[in-house]
Amino acid sequence: MTTRVSDIDFPRAQMHDGRRVIGRRLLYWVLIPLGSFAVGALAWAALAPVRSESREQVYVIPKGTWEHRQAGHHLDVIPSRIRLTIGVKDVLVMRNEDDVPQLFGPVLIMPGQSFQLPFQRPSEYIFTCPLHSSGLLTIVVEPMPEPGWPRLRWRATGLVTPGAWL
Amino acid sequence: MKRSVLALLLLFLLAVTIGAAASPAELRAGVFNPPRLAPDFALRGSDGSELKLSRYRGKVVALAFGYTNCPSVCPVTLGYLAEARKKLGAGAKDLQVVFVTVDPERDDADHLKKFVAFFDPTFVGGTGTPGQLAEIRKVYGITMSDKIFTDASSKSKGIYYLDHSSFVYLIDREGKLRAMMPFGVTADDIEHDAKALLSR
Repeated sequence: MTTRVSDIDFPRAQMHDGRRVIGRRLLYWVLIPLGSFAVGALAWAALAPVRSESREQVYVIPKGTWEHRQAGHHLDVIPSRIRLTIGVKDVLVMRNEDDVPQLFGPVLIMPGQSFQLPFQRPSEYIFTCPLHSSGLLTIVVEPMPEPGWPRLRWRATGLVTPGAWL
Repeated sequence: MKRSVLALLLLFLLAVTIGAAASPAELRAGVFNPPRLAPDFALRGSDGSELKLSRYRGKVVALAFGYTNCPSVCPVTLGYLAEARKKLGAGAKDLQVVFVTVDPERDDADHLKKFVAFFDPTFVGGTGTPGQLAEIRKVYGITMSDKIFTDASSKSKGIYYLDHSSFVYLIDREGKLRAMMPFGVTADDIEHDAKALLSR
């Protein structure tokens, strides 16, 4: 009894062709769209104009903050490092909703009062701030990012920085 | 009909103008909202009289804290304030600069007088007891360090520095604490905000 090669190879060839078809379909329907989407997203992130509905970055000292602190609880209600961008988010707003005056960064804010601090120049501003365990509040004010790599990097940093924005 | 439309238009323009004038966003300084009455005090003034904020009702007051031996920040701040006052021209008469010392040990009224007059003869300095000044710093949120001696020799000679908040507070004609300028603002910024407050 002789076995023809084609009898054995035929299913393998069929399987090989099937894989090739699946590979092509994967390429056409999944990888190319995904790749295009990724390239599009990167292009958008690098080139799209930077917009923001409001230029205010608002932080609130909630009611009960003083009582919590008096009870010895550590309460970081506001990040010790705040990132702002000129022309996008360049107005820091601090609102005191607690029942007692609070020294937040550079100012004493009365209960129910807010303090709105606009920034015009990129720089790193360091204020003493008793609300933080380090005793310092750092406000990093960045220039409006240029289209291209700076804007892409700025958006990427915004994704991983708490309190940041796109 | 035309008249009523015109009247409505005028009312709208008036509302927009008032809204814009009342908006704190027009200031370059940090703005308190709502503004509260600036805490008053009674200190020994460098002009020989009692220094009270209420004395300057009707004027805009630029209130700064510092000390005469300050090597950099205080002279720069007072320099900018003097420059801003010059830029204001005729409006300068309604801007009063008040400089409250954080170093009463070395800053008596005479010493303060010479120091502030170097920048502008209309500037007024204020000093008092350590307790009085500590209370004022507390209500304005001014922080300061203990004496900083650079070395043993400076300690023996009593030469020290102080780290302190270096803001300029802007108080309006009604005596309300409207704004705070952090260190680093320019004379143009001060002039801009003083002008905005003087126009109210």
